[in-house]
Amino acid sequence: MQIIINGDTYDDLKADMSVLDLLSQLGLPKAKIAVECNQEIVPKSGYTTVILQDGDILEIITFIGGG
Amino acid sequence: MAATQDKLIIAGREFSSRLIIGTGKYETYQQNADALAASGADIVTVAVRRVNLTNPDEPLLVDFIDPQKTVYLPNTAGCFTGEDAVRTLRLAREAGGWNLVKLEVLSDPKHLYPDMVETMRAAKLLIADGFEVMVYCSDDPVFARKLEDLGCAAIMPLGAPIGSGLGIQNQVNIRLIVEQTTVPVIVDAGVGTASDAAIAMELGCDGVLMNTAIAEAKDPILMAKAMKHAVKAGRQAYLAGRMAKKKYADPSSPLGGLI
Repeated sequence: MQIIINGDTYDDLKADMSVLDLLSQLGLPKAKIAVECNQEIVPKSGYTTVILQDGDILEIITFIGGG
Repeated sequence: MAATQDKLIIAGREFSSRLIIGTGKYETYQQNADALAASGADIVTVAVRRVNLTNPDEPLLVDFIDPQKTVYLPNTAGCFTGEDAVRTLRLAREAGGWNLVKLEVLSDPKHLYPDMVETMRAAKLLIADGFEVMVYCSDDPVFARKLEDLGCAAIMPLGAPIGSGLGIQNQVNIRLIVEQTTVPVIVDAGVGTASDAAIAMELGCDGVLMNTAIAEAKDPILMAKAMKHAVKAGRQAYLAGRMAKKKYADPSSPLGGLI
């Protein structure tokens, strides 16, 4: 399936992936980030239960230096 | 008031330091962490950005500055509308679990002045969504009053344009804002060196927020230390109550008993 993550298209993803599966595949530490799927926040408690769908648009953020 | 009991209280939370520092523009996150330790600050501002997917092993701010020990104050830098700000800070709340946030809605990149109309709108949206909003604003007492009336947790007028280091340009306005405001007033932006921070505090501000003054000093760690002392000195001078200004000299040594 195809998903857009942070503006980039990923088109070789397995079907029926959870958010946690995706984070593991991307090597991202779940404690240090937040995920938005189609402009809705995915709470950390939903990482295993929210299953990604073809065409989903994800934003994955973290904190960086700023003033 | 004893200095040990003189805490900064924002939205019911108590802080020992009246200095808030940014985390931008440092050479490394390690240098940033060292400057934080030298500054004694309890709060750091942070930005919310997309993770680097091409290099997930890239060092993260949270690996250097522990959010369990230092309060992260997520900002809305780069947001130009209320909706952008709400979306950004909802993500920040999910990432960190904090509802204390810094709202800044900028306008023109040339002066980075806040767009006050959009700032007001964003503040309303955020407060309705349960956020405690510390708001970056112009040094206009009229808007400062309106933001306080909306329920902002702290009013943060600029001392001078962001990153300019020009010092407090309009002391009269900062003082007017301090006098009329019941929530903390924190000068945010414009401080260039220690005396600027001391002046802000002597005007009666509750705190000072700075980034570039420390990060772009030749020795950021030493400047962080200087700022810690300046904020304390300015605060103590304000609490002590300065002497009255006089038009003529007044000798400190008694004139009686001269040989």
